[in-house]
Amino acid sequence: MNKWENNRAWLLTVPVLILVAFSSIIPLMTVINYSVQDIMGEGQSLFVGTEMFKAVLREPRLHEALWRQFLFSALVLLIEMPLGVLLALAMPKKGWGVSFSLVVIALPLLIPWNTIGSIWIIFVRPDIGLFGHFINNVLGIPFDHTARPLDAWITLMFMEVWHWTPLVALLAYAGLRAIPEVYYQAAKIDGSSPWKTFWYIQLPKMRGVLTIALLLRFMDSFLIYAEPFVLTGGGPGNATTFLSIYLVKLALGQFDLGTAGAFSLIYFLIVEVLCFVFYQVLQNVGKGAKT
Amino acid sequence: MHLTLEWMYWTRPTAIFFIVLFVILAAMTIWQTLAPSVPRRGFLPLATTPGTRLFLGIISAIFIHLAWIGLTDLSLWIVFPFAVGWIIVVMIWG
Repeated sequence: MNKWENNRAWLLTVPVLILVAFSSIIPLMTVINYSVQDIMGEGQSLFVGTEMFKAVLREPRLHEALWRQFLFSALVLLIEMPLGVLLALAMPKKGWGVSFSLVVIALPLLIPWNTIGSIWIIFVRPDIGLFGHFINNVLGIPFDHTARPLDAWITLMFMEVWHWTPLVALLAYAGLRAIPEVYYQAAKIDGSSPWKTFWYIQLPKMRGVLTIALLLRFMDSFLIYAEPFVLTGGGPGNATTFLSIYLVKLALGQFDLGTAGAFSLIYFLIVEVLCFVFYQVLQNVGKGAKT
Repeated sequence: MHLTLEWMYWTRPTAIFFIVLFVILAAMTIWQTLAPSVPRRGFLPLATTPGTRLFLGIISAIFIHLAWIGLTDLSLWIVFPFAVGWIIVVMIWG
């Protein structure tokens, strides 16, 4: 390695560094300061050491929110990944259908997150909503996302799958289109079945994009806030209170800055570890693919 | 516009924490400049540079502390030397 490499170009990143300092590093330091104090009002605070962390770590509602969060992310991935790949496989490969299906599939991605909640609230309302009215009055199944936890989860999953499967599908489609035609020709000569073509050619070739899709979807669903907030507000009861919703309730609803600070630090640490894994996996995608 | 840092609610322990953290980061930067690091494999399941090992060491030390706070009522000072020792172990053999 050349030790005398000119590193002065790094100075060009100073403006970004200053911006990041003001937008995230200083606020984060403030949160750390908050987390060791009980803040009563402006200028009034009491140093309490690790009491806030103790309170948060032993709070059953936080544990519940955490498991709920992991369950939600796991369900999202289990449904969206296979569904996205299936969609990508079913999409036309040439002709006008390509642009048409791409646009149609991308539509949910273009809608703002808070609007999505409103759309689904109206959609599932038993009195005026298309879906709610149909399932309640035509099929005769009682369905109310504001009263029954399971219904709230079903609605939320439907909304999430409808909103984000297109992303997986688009990424998978891009991966599929990047496979050279010769692979399919070779498979054809060997008399490979469609399933074997999928398993031995398409799936391994899509590994890179699918890893990115998986990690993006995991991080997004782990940090979900706007959609359940608009749709259920964390209810019924606490059934859809995910980590971020619980955090906002704590910080803004009860103005419990110390506890919220400790909580957000723990949340941040979990996300930090996940990001590290995310980065490592992305760095190593394809490195092992020597087959 | 007043430029005091009152709104940040500084306390002595957090100030010490940040000073130590920034000193470590500065020292790591100087070390990296004087002797550029090369990734290598230790007992961790991935090739790491000293910076990555420091990051992993500090993060895991924080989780050790959090587990201590969550599971016991004993003083944090009991676990502190072990956590620092763990960071050193990760830095040297990780």
